Amino acid sequence: MDEMLLEIEDLKIQATSYPPGERPQRITIVDGVSLRLEKGKVIGLIGESGAGKSTIGLSAMGYGRGGVKLVGGSIRLNGQELRRAPSRVLRGVRGSQVTYVAQSAAAGFNPSRKLIEQVIEATLEHGRMSRPEAIERAIDLFRRLDLPDSETFGQRYPHQVSGGQLQRAMTAMALCPKPDLVVFDEPTTALDVTTQLGVLSAIKRAIRDFEVAAIYITHDLAVVAQIADDIMVLRGGEMVEYGTCDQIINNPREQYTRDLVSATNGEDPEIHPEGEPVLTIRNVCARYRGLAEDVVKDINLEVPPGTTLAVVGESGSGKSTLARVITGLLPPHTGEVIFDGSTLSPALKGRSKQDLQELQMIYQMADVAMNPRQTVGTIIGRPLEFYFGHKGKERRLRVIELLDKIELGEEFIDRYPAELSGGQKQRVCIARALAASPKLIICDEVTSALDPLVAKGILKLLRDLQKREGVSYIFITHDIAAVREVADTIAVLYQGELVRYGGKAEVLAPPYDDYTELLLRSVPEMRIGWLEDTLSALEAHLPCQAPEGAAPEMSATD
Amino acid sequence: MRRTPLPTLIGLVVAAAFFLTALLAPLIAPYGMSEIVGDVWEPASAAHWLGTDNIGRDLLSRLIFGGRTTIFVALVATAVAFAVGAAFGLFAAVVGGWVDLLLSRFVDLVMSIPSLIFALVVLSVMPVTTPVLIMVIGLLESTRMYRLSRAVAVDLAVMDFVEAARLRGEGLRWVIVREILPNALSPLIAEMGMRFIFVVLFISTLSFLGIGIQPPNADWGGIVKENKDGIVYGIPAALLPAVAIAALAISVNLVADWILERTTSLKGGRNG
Repeated sequence: MDEMLLEIEDLKIQATSYPPGERPQRITIVDGVSLRLEKGKVIGLIGESGAGKSTIGLSAMGYGRGGVKLVGGSIRLNGQELRRAPSRVLRGVRGSQVTYVAQSAAAGFNPSRKLIEQVIEATLEHGRMSRPEAIERAIDLFRRLDLPDSETFGQRYPHQVSGGQLQRAMTAMALCPKPDLVVFDEPTTALDVTTQLGVLSAIKRAIRDFEVAAIYITHDLAVVAQIADDIMVLRGGEMVEYGTCDQIINNPREQYTRDLVSATNGEDPEIHPEGEPVLTIRNVCARYRGLAEDVVKDINLEVPPGTTLAVVGESGSGKSTLARVITGLLPPHTGEVIFDGSTLSPALKGRSKQDLQELQMIYQMADVAMNPRQTVGTIIGRPLEFYFGHKGKERRLRVIELLDKIELGEEFIDRYPAELSGGQKQRVCIARALAASPKLIICDEVTSALDPLVAKGILKLLRDLQKREGVSYIFITHDIAAVREVADTIAVLYQGELVRYGGKAEVLAPPYDDYTELLLRSVPEMRIGWLEDTLSALEAHLPCQAPEGAAPEMSATD
Repeated sequence: MRRTPLPTLIGLVVAAAFFLTALLAPLIAPYGMSEIVGDVWEPASAAHWLGTDNIGRDLLSRLIFGGRTTIFVALVATAVAFAVGAAFGLFAAVVGGWVDLLLSRFVDLVMSIPSLIFALVVLSVMPVTTPVLIMVIGLLESTRMYRLSRAVAVDLAVMDFVEAARLRGEGLRWVIVREILPNALSPLIAEMGMRFIFVVLFISTLSFLGIGIQPPNADWGGIVKENKDGIVYGIPAALLPAVAIAALAISVNLVADWILERTTSLKGGRNG
């Protein structure tokens, strides 16, 4: 108790902003934050983006990002004042006493050098160990962090390991010099859920084993609850609540914290599948005018609240037609669509404003899904005005709130779609759908026009929003990898018929029907000879019946 | 923005000069419009820069006032053509189905009759006043506006953002005015420039034939008609309004071309 590792008192941090056409302004981004951290303890900093979490985390190293100045208060590490300390002192502290794990490990490694060299670099630089000792420690860390082939792992280059492994390697890098304090800046945010689990447990174990103190920065309360002793909740650069993990999670005092906790609790996927389905499709057949044959044939589906139904199939399988039936653009000739307990009028015209509001759609091509002559503010603001009558300032505030939800800033409000990147466009489309406070969003191939990294970000956003808002999705796609990430239930369509339908684990586990197998087999793997293997395997099984139990094991893709 | 090309600049300057002259006609013109101030067909002099006309009125003043009439009538008629044509064109494209079919076939029917003949027939049974003239020309030209705006809007109406607005439950008005019109506007504005020129030619033709603007009011076509006999005697009075018509047509054309060029990325060709 007497041994206080880190003491931050009344910290005030300012940044200079350069608004276009105006004089530079100084804005305060962190104000009056104090915290104390003992040896071997973990404090979690939690808050939305822009809450100042990372800035505080970095200040523990006496560091401010470009343009950021630590203007007031004090930061003492092991009794040594870091604010306004000369850079010689700071250099000695950084990388030896305090180390940093960044959010994007992929961007944190030099792609042209082997991992081991980078992991031990800071340790050698500060003369904390000799080279053989450092290598030995690194290998030990690799083993503790569950990295494969820990002896030789360091010989690989960054591009030869996965994102999750890279994040662990970065953790190893941070722990290697035996620091007193490690700052984890959203280390698992860029990872998918299963990988996050592994990295999280590895980090937790490493912190415990080495008795280091840590500042763990995240926006995910569920994550921080696993790892922290104390939690500080931040909002807009100010401290909202500071207490033990147990107190914050189980007995939050502030309303904002309560909101955070309840939003996070709502995410537990086990809670949702019960309850009245949001959408039920019963015996639906539909065809386009002038066609002799139905495009979708006798489809029965359900979407439980707060879950995602993935509708999978190749192009022409009737996925998008099904979406048109649900939205009312193509009235089915038999069957019915039951939404939120009542039967929807088959045609769009017969639907009430409330039906329309609660059922939203996101399109594949964000480019053409937004009017090029409307600003982001109008695009997102129109549903608010149309459904809820928000006007003027109220509307603008709501738009900014929505922009924040899709992780875009207020400055986007006056931009036109042409001034956005592909991923940003799709985010704006998501915000437009969210603006209507829908119960169900139909996502029609929302990621297939995006590059994989951006697509991943969009999928993650959709998942986060589902957790927070409890909205259900119908996720139409041909991309099995995306399905694995988002789906709770899966429906496989083939030539307009439902060939397979059930929970994710069930649908993606053998034995498969012919078509599902083909679909799963067709996901390319990063492996030389995959194409030949897959083709010969398919030839053996298809088109003849796949023998029961002899179905090949599923290809691992993540 | 890129620099405006020289022909466009010339067009802009000339057209602006014409419009300013029309606007400020009573201030600029040295004499009254129907004031007889000299002999018949006097040659150009310090008092009458362009000479006098067939009954001794100052030709410059007459041209200035005539231009005012021509440009005013042409502007209003173009506005009518745009409003009627674009409104029905966008409506037909968005609603589709038999409404579209009916409107389009009707427009085809009107377009199949040469518009000059059509106007001659209509104006021969109706009193020739300026409002009637404007309506007849405007409605005839609106068929072209209809064709273009419908063609542009049909492409736009199937875009996802229009579908998104429909799924939101937006009414026809919002879809047409807020979603489609702003995106169709560029080619339509360029087409409006073109239509303006055609209307100028149209009204001049009608006046020349004697069923346009009625004397003693002047317009360029009418001035040509009044002075056409002088050509036989080597009097250039009839050629001057013709030159004015040509200069206006070419200058507006240069500007319209530039607008069209800047918007070639958007769909929609021109016709007419």
